[in-house]
Amino acid sequence: MTGRKNPWGSTGKSDEPASDRPGGERGPSGEDGPRNPWLPGGGEPGKRRSASIEDIFKGRGPEGPRRRGGPGGPGGPSFRLPERPGGKSWVPVIIGAVALIWVAATSIHFIQPGEQAVVTWMGGKYSHTLDSGTNFTAPWPLQMVEKENVTQVRLEQVPGTKAEKLILTSDQNLVDLSYLIRWNISDLALYKYQLSEPQNALLEIGEAAMRAAVARQQLDTVLTGEGRAEIEQDVRAAMQARLDAYRSGISVQGIEINKVDPPAQVEEAFKDVSSAQQDADAAMNRARAVAQQLLARAQGDASEFNDIYEEYRLAPEVTRRRLYYETMEAILSKTDKTIVESGNVMPYLPLPEVQRRSQGEARPATPRGE
Amino acid sequence: MNALLQNYKALLIGAVALAVALLASIVIVPETHQAVVIRTGQPVRIFNLFRPDQPYGQTGAGLQLRIPFVEQVQLIDRRVLDLDMERTQVLSNDQQRLQVDAYARYRIIDPVKLVERAGSERQLEAQLLPILTSVLRQELGRRPFTALINAERGTAMSNITHTLDRQAREYGAQVLDVRIKAADLPEGRPLDAAFTRMQTDREEEAATIRAAGQRDAQIIQAEASAEAARIYADAYGKDPAFYDFYRAMQSYRQTFLNGEGQSSMVLSDDSAYFRQFKGNQ
Repeated sequence: MTGRKNPWGSTGKSDEPASDRPGGERGPSGEDGPRNPWLPGGGEPGKRRSASIEDIFKGRGPEGPRRRGGPGGPGGPSFRLPERPGGKSWVPVIIGAVALIWVAATSIHFIQPGEQAVVTWMGGKYSHTLDSGTNFTAPWPLQMVEKENVTQVRLEQVPGTKAEKLILTSDQNLVDLSYLIRWNISDLALYKYQLSEPQNALLEIGEAAMRAAVARQQLDTVLTGEGRAEIEQDVRAAMQARLDAYRSGISVQGIEINKVDPPAQVEEAFKDVSSAQQDADAAMNRARAVAQQLLARAQGDASEFNDIYEEYRLAPEVTRRRLYYETMEAILSKTDKTIVESGNVMPYLPLPEVQRRSQGEARPATPRGE
Repeated sequence: MNALLQNYKALLIGAVALAVALLASIVIVPETHQAVVIRTGQPVRIFNLFRPDQPYGQTGAGLQLRIPFVEQVQLIDRRVLDLDMERTQVLSNDQQRLQVDAYARYRIIDPVKLVERAGSERQLEAQLLPILTSVLRQELGRRPFTALINAERGTAMSNITHTLDRQAREYGAQVLDVRIKAADLPEGRPLDAAFTRMQTDREEEAATIRAAGQRDAQIIQAEASAEAARIYADAYGKDPAFYDFYRAMQSYRQTFLNGEGQSSMVLSDDSAYFRQFKGNQ
């Protein structure tokens, strides 16, 4: 209150010029030497200079000349504004400037594209919503502004972890499903004030809608992806209807089912079905191969027979004989022969010898025959 | 300084007291809450009461006044609140069990009633939860299991909402809806049984597919055999006697030349082959 301590206080003539000097040159000697330490002093130049530099560094330290009763006197740094023309105080000017900066900083709002902001009066009463661009409000704390990105599509992955989420289908089977909710804020004020936990509400509504939609489908239509588009549509429509009924200010952009699997416990059985399909296809392929062989063989045989038959028809007896002799020749030239004369001679058949001979020949080929 | 204090002591004390009184008499009512002003235990005023058709900005939110120290203010949520039920086991009328997880959304439309009868939102929740659970059990227990899976269909949910709403209105709350969040088979036997059923179902399907594959394979082969037989018959049927001869020749070659093992032949000189050998003709 007393003008002395106020750094911006008026006049104060007593400690005026000396306090501006950072390090007083008034050494202990008290002589009125030159102020500048870099210039040579009076009587003893060398000694004088070094002492003065030392003094300066001392003066910079915490135990500067002020401590030693310098003219600055007790009290903080003696910074001082230049006097305002007319001898008036700076206080109103500074207060005015600070207030101006305050007003400018808190009442001009640059809302980025895609963002909106809710303006509330002091005490929390809603005033209005700001769209993107430059906006003006009353300064803080009269009006407060809360920005939020409204066009950005937010993603909610359900379930958030890798955990299995089993949902019952209409035929009482279970399916492991995960999905993504894409949403954004359609009305910021409603979003802020209507629901106690908008995000939680969104997830719960999504869950209920998803379960209801899946419960309307058979397991196979869910698994094959045939019913997927329908489920996604159903869930989105149901969610939006609920959220609109709550006036939640949330818009559901879309639902994406990103995983549909049979439960892990029965996955093997499901895989076996597809491998059974493969097996069946394989069996049929093999059968087709055999069938082709059969047919080709039949066609080959038939055409061979037809060719020979054509020849045979031209000369039946000769062809027949020729074929007979050729065959016999081929056979008999490769076999052991014993010719038995029929008629009056008693047929003698040296069977043991025949056997021995045939064995003897067979031995090298089949050593374990004995 | 001291003189100043002395001179304006009364004034200063008065100013401070005024400021304190002013601050104490200001009530901050956010948009999200309704404020019930209670004077000596008796609710006297409501600020920012919920009305469905009132747009934000024209409600009673903001700074309001009260008589300090005499009037107490209780803030009651104005938003749609969530009543999250714990998982409950529901028995269907065909004695099957289902774990049901449901939620209700409600709003406090009569904060005075709430303050008088329940006290606070938290206590209201504690009151409503058992009601919700029992209503849900009752309503779902009247239905067969297959209807439970698809409980959202039909009248079950609206019945539950209606019953709960009637109870909640006693406490000044309005139930907007009740939804089943999850309906699962209980862990243990029912779940295992379902898995077993699914598994055997698939095993049957796999077996059927394999059998069908085998059948089709056989059909394909049989058809090919028949076709081959037709081709043979077409060709050989032209002269069965020659076929007999021709096939016999082929057969001899196959048997004696390409067959395995050594062949020894004992031939009679009566054989047709030796007709010329004897030279007697």
